[in-house]
Order: sequence, then C-alpha cells, then structure tokens
Amino acid sequence: MTDTIRFDRDDDGVVTLTLDDPEQSANTMNARFQDDLVAIAARLEREVEDVAGIILTSAKSTFFAGGDLRDLITATPDDAAEVAATSARMKGAMRTIETLGVPVVAAINGAALGGGYELALMCHHRIALDDPRSRIGCPEVTLGLLPGGGGVVRTVRLLGVVTALTDVLIQGQQYRVADALEKGLIDAIAPDRDTMLADARAWIAAHPESVQPWDAPGYRMPGGTPSHPKLAANLPAVPATLKATLKGAHYDAPHHIIAAAIEGAQVPFDRAIEIETRWFVDLACNSQQATNMIQAFFFDLQAITKGGSRPDGHDRWLPTRVVVLGAGMMGAGIAYQCAKVDLEVVLKDVDADAADRGKDYSRGLVAKGVSRGKVSQEDGDALLARISPTGTAADAAGCDLLIEAVFESPDLKHRVYAEVEPHLADDALLCSNTSTLPITQLATGVSRPEDFIGLHFFSPVDKMPLVEIIVGDETSDAALARAFDVVMALRKTPIVVNDSRGFFTSRVIGTFLNEAVAAVGEGVSPVLVERAGSAAGYPAPPLQLMDELTLTLPQKIEAASAAADESAGVDHPRHAAHDVIDRLVDEFGRGGRKDGAGFYDYDDGTRTGLWSGLWEHFGADTDTHRHDGDDQLLVDLQERMLFAEAIETVRCFDEGVLTSFADANIGSILGIGFPAWTGGVTQYVDQYPGGTTGFVARCKELADRYGDRFVPPDSLVELAESGHPFRPTDTR
Amino acid sequence: MTEAYVYDAIRTPRGRGKPTGALHTVKPVSLATTLLEAMVDRNPGLDPGGVDDVVMGIVEPHGDQGGVLPRTAVLAAGYPEQVAGTQSNRYCGSGLEAVNQAAARIRSGWEDLILAGGVESMSRVPMGSGGDPWAMDPETNDATGFVPQGISADLIATTEGFSRRDVDEFAVESQERAAKAWADGRFDRSIVPVIDVAGQVVLDRDEHMRPGTTLDDLAQLRPSFAGIGELGGFDAVALQKYTRVERIDHVHHAGNSSGIVDGAALVLIGSEEAGARHDLTPRAVIRSTAVIGTEPTIMLVGPGPACNKALDRAGMTVDDIDLVEINEAFAAVALKLMRDLGVERDITNVNGGAIAMGHPLGATGAMLLGTMVDELERRDLSTALVTLCIGGGMGIATVIERV
Repeated sequence: MTDTIRFDRDDDGVVTLTLDDPEQSANTMNARFQDDLVAIAARLEREVEDVAGIILTSAKSTFFAGGDLRDLITATPDDAAEVAATSARMKGAMRTIETLGVPVVAAINGAALGGGYELALMCHHRIALDDPRSRIGCPEVTLGLLPGGGGVVRTVRLLGVVTALTDVLIQGQQYRVADALEKGLIDAIAPDRDTMLADARAWIAAHPESVQPWDAPGYRMPGGTPSHPKLAANLPAVPATLKATLKGAHYDAPHHIIAAAIEGAQVPFDRAIEIETRWFVDLACNSQQATNMIQAFFFDLQAITKGGSRPDGHDRWLPTRVVVLGAGMMGAGIAYQCAKVDLEVVLKDVDADAADRGKDYSRGLVAKGVSRGKVSQEDGDALLARISPTGTAADAAGCDLLIEAVFESPDLKHRVYAEVEPHLADDALLCSNTSTLPITQLATGVSRPEDFIGLHFFSPVDKMPLVEIIVGDETSDAALARAFDVVMALRKTPIVVNDSRGFFTSRVIGTFLNEAVAAVGEGVSPVLVERAGSAAGYPAPPLQLMDELTLTLPQKIEAASAAADESAGVDHPRHAAHDVIDRLVDEFGRGGRKDGAGFYDYDDGTRTGLWSGLWEHFGADTDTHRHDGDDQLLVDLQERMLFAEAIETVRCFDEGVLTSFADANIGSILGIGFPAWTGGVTQYVDQYPGGTTGFVARCKELADRYGDRFVPPDSLVELAESGHPFRPTDTR
Repeated sequence: MTEAYVYDAIRTPRGRGKPTGALHTVKPVSLATTLLEAMVDRNPGLDPGGVDDVVMGIVEPHGDQGGVLPRTAVLAAGYPEQVAGTQSNRYCGSGLEAVNQAAARIRSGWEDLILAGGVESMSRVPMGSGGDPWAMDPETNDATGFVPQGISADLIATTEGFSRRDVDEFAVESQERAAKAWADGRFDRSIVPVIDVAGQVVLDRDEHMRPGTTLDDLAQLRPSFAGIGELGGFDAVALQKYTRVERIDHVHHAGNSSGIVDGAALVLIGSEEAGARHDLTPRAVIRSTAVIGTEPTIMLVGPGPACNKALDRAGMTVDDIDLVEINEAFAAVALKLMRDLGVERDITNVNGGAIAMGHPLGATGAMLLGTMVDELERRDLSTALVTLCIGGGMGIATVIERV
C-alpha cells in the first residue's frame, strides 16, 4: 500500500498511478514518495503480465513540485554517501518503470518542474493539460542544483547535448505548455483532463510494446555524441560560452550540468545516470552556492510572498483606481504595470500632452508585445484603454491609490500632493516612488501621514521585479499591509524597510560603486576594476554602471548627505571615490553616458572603451601583461565591493532600517544586483568561509589595507566572538 | 660523455594541406618510407640494421597515422626487422621532441644510432580530429582556461602591442625569404622529392608559398579568430585571466599564421663511434635541449623561456648564437621570441618559415633543425637555436653547433 501514489488498474490492464501526497498540497520527492515509488516499481515488475500500460498523473492542481529542498539545503559533505544512495535508489525505480516494456504515459495536469518534469521524462509519451498557469522545465540550476533525477541524462538523449543544455538545463527555462511542445519537451497537449486521460489511453492502445527512444535499437543521439565530428568541433566552445555568459563569475551548477551532460553522452544510459548522480551529489552536499541559492530563491522568496513582512490582522486590499503623478520614465512605467494587472490608471502630469507622452511608453510596450505574439491586439488595446492621461488634478476623483513619481524635490512633491489630495477617496493610500528622500519628511506634505508610505520601484519598472516599501515614522500598520497588497497585485516582490536616508537599496549599492571608483583613484587598472566586478558576479561592471547612473547623481547625494551631517553636527566621512568623481566631472567634464563621456568614451551614444585618461591621470600601469599578485588583487577588489555592501547592510540592521533577513537577501539580489550565487547580502556574511568569524577577520584585513570603512560593526564582532551567525538560525 | 651528432637531415617538400594539395593522394606512411629509403640511398655506408629506433613526431596518431606508424614505415621501407619504431607527441613540438629524445638516448650511451623526425598529413588526418581532453572535456577545459591557439596568438599581439602592420610585415618578409631561399637552392641538399609508385614526381617544391605577397595583399584579409573569440566565448575566457587587457586585438589571419600542410622530416643522430662505423660525417652536435611549461591560456609564449633554459644548460648566452629558427606558428610568436631574447630579424628565420612554407605539425621541429644545419654550413657559421611554441602552454628548444 502506497501513501503518496495511488495504484488503479482498470479492466483493460491500464494502471493509473495518481500522485497525491495526503500530507501536502503539492507532491514532492520526499522520503515517503521515494519509498512509494520504489514499491510501485517493484509491484509493476511483479505484475507486468497484467499491465497493458501505465498512466502517470496527479490529483493536485500541479503535477509534481520536485525535490525536497528542506533535505537538500541541510545536506553536508558528510551526507554524500547517503544522498548518492537515495538518488540511485530513486533513479533505479524510475529506470525499472521506464523499461518494463509496456507503454508509460505522463498525463501532466499542471506544473511539472524539476523532479516533476523528470518523472514525466521517465514516461514514453508526455501529454500536458492546456493550462495557462502550468510551467514545464528543469529550473534546478536557479537553485544552484542540477536535475539529479535523470533529467540531465534524459533531456540529452531526447533533445541532443547542445539543445538540452541551451534550451533546458543551463538556464532552467520554465516553459508554458505550448512552448514546451514546440521545444519538444512534451509530445501533445490536451484541452481538458478527460481528453488528456483518453488520449493517454489511446496512445497506450496504439503502442502496446513501447520503449524509450534511447532504448530502441538503432537509437542515435540527436546532434550526435561528443565523438561525432560535428559536435566535437563545437564542444570546446561550450564551457567557454558559459564563461562568457557569466562574465567571470563562477557558478557551480551550470558548470556541473555541462560536465554531467557531455560526460554522460559518451557512455551507455545507466552509466550516464551514475555520472549525473556524482555531479548532483557534489552540488547538493558540497556546494555552498546551492545552500545560498536554495535559501534565497526558495525559502526567502517564499517567506516574502507569504507575507512575512506584512502586518497581521488586516484584510487583503485591492485598489480600484490609481492616480500616478508624473509621467516621466518611472511614472510611465508604473502606469503601465498598473494597467497590466487590470487597474484603472489616471496618469497625471503638468498638462495633458506631457501625460500622453508618458502613455507612449505603454503604447510602445504593447506594440512590442503584440508584434512578438506575447499579447493579443485586443488585450493590448484594453490595457491602453485603462490608462487615462490628464493634466487636470480633478480627474483623480475617487482614486483610492496615489503613486507619486515626480522629480526628487520635496517642495515639488508637497505641491503635487496638495493639488491632488482633495480629489482622492477619503481613505486613499498615499505612496511616493522616491528613491532617496526620507518618507517621514515627505509625509508632512499630506493631511494623513499615517496613510503615507514609500513605494520605491526600480527602472525599468516593467522588468525589475522588486519594490522597496519604506515605512515612515507615522505610517500605520494598515497602510503597510495595503501597500504590501498593492505590490503583490502589481506582480512584484515587496521588501519592507524603515525610513532613513537612501533607505536600504540606494544606500547599499552606493558603497559597492564607491569601492570600484576609489580603486581607480588608487591607480588600479580600470580594466581590472571592471573585471573584478564581473568576476564577483555583479550584473554590470561597476564603472559602466556609474556611467549609466551618471556621475553627477552621487555628487548631489554626497553634497546632500554632507549638508545633513553638518546640520546635525556630526562628522561626515568622505569616501575617496568622491575625489575621483569630482575630478571626472569638474576637471574633465565627464558626467557619464548622458554627457557622452564618463569612465568610458562614447561614440554617438555607443560605448567604445575605457577613457585613456583614467590611466594617465590616476596613475594606473598601462602594461597589460599579467602582473605578479594580479590574482590576489582581483580577489581583494571583489571582496571590497561585496564586503562594503555587506557591512552597510549590517549597519542597516543595527539602525533598524532592516528587520528581515529574507527581505535583505532578496532585495539585494533583485533590486541592486548583488550576486545571486551569494544568496543575498546577509547570506554572504554567513556563508563566508569561517562564518561571521572569518568575515570579521577579513573585514579587519581589508580595513588595514583599504581604510576604516571596513572596520566591522560592533554588533557583528560580538556575534563572531560568541560564534553566532549574523542571521539567527530560527529565521531561516 | 658521449656526444650526439647530427649526420644527416632531410625532408619532403610541403604540400598544401587540403584535398586539392599535391600530397593529399600520398599516404602518411609513404611520406615516412620516402625519407627512410632516401636516408639509406644518400648515405651509402649506413647499414639500416644498425639503427636502434625510428622516432617520429605525429600529433594526430590515428587513422592513416594511427597504430605505430614509424614501426610500420620501418617494415614498409624494407629496413631490417630489428629496427624498432615509435611515435612522440608534444603537439607542435613533436618533431623537435623526437630529435631531442634521440639525442638524449645517444648521450646516455644506451643507444648508438637513431632516426628522429616526424610526419603529418594534415589534409588526411585533420588537426584536432583525435580529440583532446584539454579542449573537449568540459571540466578540464573550464579549469585550465582552454582557448584555441589563434586566440592566444592574438592575445600575445595585444599584450605586446604588436599591431596588424607589425605582424603583416613579418609575414611578407617570411614569404620573401622563403622565395629567395628556394631560388638560391638553399633547401636543395635536404629536399627529397615525393615520387609516386610509377616513378613520377608528385611534389618537389614547397607548395604553400605565395611569393610576391605584399602588405596590401595581406591588408585585404579579415582576422581569422575574431568570430570564435566573440561567438565561442574564447575572448572572454582569455580576458578573465588577463585582467588588464580591455579587449583582444585580433590581428592574425591566414596570411600571417602558419600554413596547414602535409610533409615529413628525418634526422640521423648518433654517437661518434656509430658515425665512424657507418662511414658518416658529423655535420653538427646537439649542445643542449629544453622543454618548459608556461601559462596555458596565452599558451604560445614558451619559446623564450625554453631557449633560455637550453642556453643555460649549454653554458651559453644568446650572444653565442649565430642563427635563430623559431617556428612561425603565428607572426606574433616569432616577434615575441625576438623581443624576449633580444635578437634581430636579420638572424631570425633567415630562410623564411611556416607562414610561407607551412607547418606540418609533427614534422616541423625536425625540418627546422635540418634547415639550420644546412644554413650554418652555407654561411659558415657555428651555432643555432631552434625553438617552437607548443599547445597547452609549452616551449621546446635545441642548441646545435657545427663540427
């Protein structure tokens, strides 16, 4: 008797295996399931004479969710033998079912990702229910893992080495059903459940002696095996292309996937399975990155979307009508995102023309979506119809959500609040998209400061997944709960922080850029600085990013912050980066890309290369050979950037700006490009070799070498001395 | 100490390494037997039964070049059955590796007379066709920073600041020198024409040369490695190690890189006693040899360190060297060696090189050695340094002296 898999044989001898874990809302590859699958395989083998075919389906809304990440995140090098044995046992059962000699059909009634798709791959024919929410693929790589349930071996044999790697394994694409069919991940689509099961039966009836293609005589791997000259010629470029894509950052998972795929393609199926297991076990048990990425992209993300930072006791709230103030880049993007999730939007600017220009942004996105077949003309038109551009404040009448995105001037913001507030619904939620101005101060410009809150979107709004919610001194829990619901309704990921200059994200990203800029001032080759940023895993090289953000913005922020410190009567430590920035802007007129000159040269808007003046005026050696110590220099530069952000984050916790580790991790990755392999900025501290102790020791080294800003905060030193992690274990 | 003497050095002409090349119809084993037979014909006193071993460099030892071709060639050439054969592979250094190993064995006193050389029919057994874990195994490739040699050569040009014009000028000079050397008959002594079964000449002259090539001609050629550097990700691999290089300047192309050709070479090396026994006249002595490993991604900078190692071992300095022969795998490799050693162009590759005449992988090292023996005699000079860059980041060098 199996608990998680029901076994039903009908009069025709067709066995339906229904995945239905009684203890969970989704099926996972937990210990009970593993035992059950082994038992089922043994039973099928015993009773194979009475089995005409097998249908594998699920009673849940999804098909099967995949591996049990609770187990995997805690696996250590000591568990390698056990993880290998467990994996081998599961795969043995799958192989038994696959090779019974009777047709096996997957009736994929919902999402089949990771382990779920691997179960489907064990089947000879895959029919998916046509469900728009359904996703199919092997996203293990995004958690620092590889498909260790035969997913590497079978996709390689199904699609060929290169196609399996590029379309499925290395990026972990999650396909909609129609795309999965086009890519060959599934064989057919059924419009409804009954048809799907009927089609499965029909396929069984038509293929009484089915085997997998790779078990059939005369099987040839699509695209050839690695010894085939055509594939052999391209093989050397496979790891190189990965390196180029990752820009020097080292990620264990895609590296292991490539090795498992190519090594496995050179040996028979069962031996390939062994190779896959080895690489999988190394990730599951020995890779710190897997631990980091499972923590961030599964547990932390889940904690956030389940409302970890949303105050309890407030009903879920949905706005009905939104007014977006300011139709510039940010306002236009926010308006689009609101309309996309079916909200009515009033887009207000100084006059109707300006507002309509802001709507052009949405028109452009809709046109692009339609031309690429991602959006129907009808839906696109409806989206645009929901955006009403205007220059008249009275058109905001009845709006229950205000999102202000005008120029970063407190006076201007106060003026536009005063202009529009009388027209809003009485209890409208009042939000500002400021990225730096203190929310508490802005709240003095509205009549209900308890309903005022910061919603910091990132640019471009339609692409960037994060929204930083900033709670002012007066902001009520109810307003926070509502703001949280708004962000979720906009299909963005909310993190919640308390008010302070620069909040969390803007404050922390500046420290990373400062290190890069300061290094140029120290006479480090700017090429090395850029390489270090990429090698650390930042999405864009820091000097390139500085040019995009403009050099004048940090100048302004620094001036404001120095003035604020002066009026508060506290010392203002000036970062050496500002000497470099000031020279570039004031002496050389290089304010960034907008000026056509910054750290880089530009030709008609196109970046052509680093400005030679960086060598000339800041003293870097122009010799491009490798120098002794370059490898150490590269590591130091990477860690200066990563540590600067991590230390600033610790300070944010010390000051109460941050209270949630999950929010800090996800916010750092999704908002400001902190490298994904770290699992986020707080996980970076705890995962550093030696934990907080190792981290603090390295802080001291960096402080000796590069300045007091790396002196570790007392709070962290205390944790290190008492052997505690930065993040309390019970918050994981 | 027994000295290792060079008694003779011969080679086939080099055919274009394509299906349209003259030697494409000639089996690699036949290239080897051509030279084995010629060696006996040229040296009437040589008793082939006195040869201990035949060592030949073969970089792709499979297919037509598989098994143990040198032993097969020994039998096919009608040498007595007691003559053994083996192949050696040190990528592009294989031919000189065969010579150096033979010299070491003679100097050890354990053997008396060895034929060392190499054979490569690149038109029939293409470069890379045998596979290589360095390139093909993703785990190894990733860990060691594999890039194709052309990327490495362009990286050398970039870090050294060799411009497209610099490398093209070197290539034009190579063509001019090779043409002049042929016109002057400087290769006559060592060239063994390839004759077919019916006695007709298949090839008696290096086929790859393009005499009269000008800088303007070369300027028309597009860089060969920019495409794979970009699309294959190899530039990124190199730049991740060479963190001060902003971008790779792709300067090499078919006109300033070594030609792909078919050919073979053979050098007769023995002790003084063996020479006397077989009535041979020593032409040069092998003073020292060296191999060395260097950083594998830039790969082709081994010749300088290898030369210095060989010179040190011989108790010599570069000032003691009359002629330098560096394999022209890529123009930048030769320019880099000249810079490393501080030698001038007028004593380097005086008769042209592989850019003009081609680089039959396993055979080249032995060809270069033979060229130097001939040229020292012609110019009545004393010492020469022979060196090649090698895949995987190695270099090999040999110092010879006329006797």
